[in-house]
Amino acid sequence: MTTTLKGIAASDGIATAKAYMLVQPDLSFSKSSIDDPEKEIDRLHAALSQSNDELKIIREKAAESLGEEEAQVFDAHMMILADPEFTGAIESKIKDDKENAEAALKDVSDMFIATFEAMTDNAYMQERAADVRDVSTRVLAHLLGVTLPNPALINEEVIVVAHDLTPSDTAQLNKKFVKAFVTDIGGRTAHSAIMARSLEIPAVVGTQSITESVKEGQMLGVNGLTGEVIVDPSDADIAEFNKEAKAYADQKAEWETLKTATSITADGKHYDVAANIGTPKDLDGVLANGAEGIGLYRTEFLYMDSAELPTEDDQFEAYKKVLETMNPKPVVVRTMDIGGDKHLPYLPLPEEDNPFLGYRAIRISLDRQDIFRTQLRALLRASAFGNLRIMFPMIATIQEFEAAKKIFLEEKANLQKDGVKVSDDIQLGIMIEIPAAAVLADQFAKHVDFFSIGTNDLIQYTMAADRGNEHVSYLYQPYNPSILRLVKNVIDAAHKEGKWAGMCGEAAGDPIMVPILLGMGLDEYSMSATSVLKIRSLMKRLSTADMAKMADVALNENISNDDNAALVKKTTGQ
Amino acid sequence: MEKRDFNIVAETGIHARPATLLVQTASKFNSDVNLEYKGKSVNLKSIMGVMSLGVGQGADVTITAEGADEADAIAAIEDTMKKEGLAN
Repeated sequence: MTTTLKGIAASDGIATAKAYMLVQPDLSFSKSSIDDPEKEIDRLHAALSQSNDELKIIREKAAESLGEEEAQVFDAHMMILADPEFTGAIESKIKDDKENAEAALKDVSDMFIATFEAMTDNAYMQERAADVRDVSTRVLAHLLGVTLPNPALINEEVIVVAHDLTPSDTAQLNKKFVKAFVTDIGGRTAHSAIMARSLEIPAVVGTQSITESVKEGQMLGVNGLTGEVIVDPSDADIAEFNKEAKAYADQKAEWETLKTATSITADGKHYDVAANIGTPKDLDGVLANGAEGIGLYRTEFLYMDSAELPTEDDQFEAYKKVLETMNPKPVVVRTMDIGGDKHLPYLPLPEEDNPFLGYRAIRISLDRQDIFRTQLRALLRASAFGNLRIMFPMIATIQEFEAAKKIFLEEKANLQKDGVKVSDDIQLGIMIEIPAAAVLADQFAKHVDFFSIGTNDLIQYTMAADRGNEHVSYLYQPYNPSILRLVKNVIDAAHKEGKWAGMCGEAAGDPIMVPILLGMGLDEYSMSATSVLKIRSLMKRLSTADMAKMADVALNENISNDDNAALVKKTTGQ
Repeated sequence: MEKRDFNIVAETGIHARPATLLVQTASKFNSDVNLEYKGKSVNLKSIMGVMSLGVGQGADVTITAEGADEADAIAAIEDTMKKEGLAN
């Protein structure tokens, strides 16, 4: 009978195939006293050697499908198998305590797992506990003569079904045969979900009950875009899945051709579609999706991923890497945005009743100039390696901007005096997230080189609604005419002074917001790298003249968020 | 028996990669090789033994080797320690 389950869409794509149950078999055993330790030790060694052979094959498959680095986890497994302390301790238990091999294995493994897990200040050692558990399960299965499911050995098209996938399970999935996977638990940010996206295997996680709803070999339809999973689909269901899979494949093919293209509207106007990043590691995604620059580099991760204030050299290396990689494309670096909901263990901030209205971002930077100057010096030194733009967050007044600019110029002069090469062409801009700055944008535009609008904060401050408070979440209204008018005011003010205006909040990659922004003439759109091709493809279908007419209605006739969302959907056929 | 003392200067102590390399080096020799730290002694051919000691920066450790190739073993381990920046 056909049943439908709903889970969390974790990796894009659509597939139909037979279910492959990646479920742990029964590994229960009883502890017993043995009288022939030699025989028991032989059994142990046979199981160790079979496990080692199996791991060699799995390692080879993992290296083929995922690369050398992911395969190294199995080297660690093999080292544990060959570890004299590990095997020696099991052998002693068999010899001295007359335990059967299964019980001895479990006792020794549990001891190591407990030791490693107790090292709570050390994430690396805690992961090693998982390795010991993995290895111990494999050896136990061989002792019991039970076959463990071996995803590396799958050789026909299947959809893998599991309660949860461990990293080592995921590492063994062969893209050629595994068409998708579905799990009971997990979220979009789980390791297995992230790996599925990098392997480009469709995945739905967190279905609660998929392992109980399907049996080995039953047909499954999986939609990784919507999170829908159909067990035993009818012929009509399969036809529908195939149709959607084809549409998705066509779309991907179109996106592929857009990777190297610039973003041009139906009437031939060019806009910059850029990406947001948090660390230099995110550059891979930026390049893979063909972004036309970086519209927001959130430098606070440098501070948050560190046990102390990052040094000038540490920061310089990170900035240089990003600028060099993107050169000659522009990189907008936002100076430290700490405070609000982001804290540093080594920089205690005062307790505040309203941290979002308190001591954060530029307010800290102007107060703690030691921290700010270090960051600006690192940026200035890196500016020689690419196209740097610097953006100050949480600017409310022109005086704050001028104060920040003065410090920037002082550090620039200091470096030049010391003979350090710095770029003479660094744009200085501000993030527009405080309504005061949006309202006074015409005056700001005379002082800054650019604006970049941060929508989440601008909406929360304009609506006076905490974005983390579910009781007022209905006030998160990006298409409300009030918000749109502020945005329009910023764009017009920039253009009047010959400056540019961009947006780096969530809304810049939102297919409903983008048509309105195009209609208002926004110059730069910065979003998560995975949205770049979707938005570039959308822009290709839109004409700015039509969007300007639509934006006029959205700004001046409609009176609600929902009306405007409906207007965009109707006008653009989404 | 050969014996040598080391002061661990590496910021992360004997962890992950360097631990693996030390174990691999020790395993090449027939001698019994041990690592002593804070009065505890473990087999240097055992990755789990080495890692369970949790040797951090600034630690004083002693390596001993006993067997036919004990001198070579100690020399090779000293070499690995230096190459990996574990000790000076």
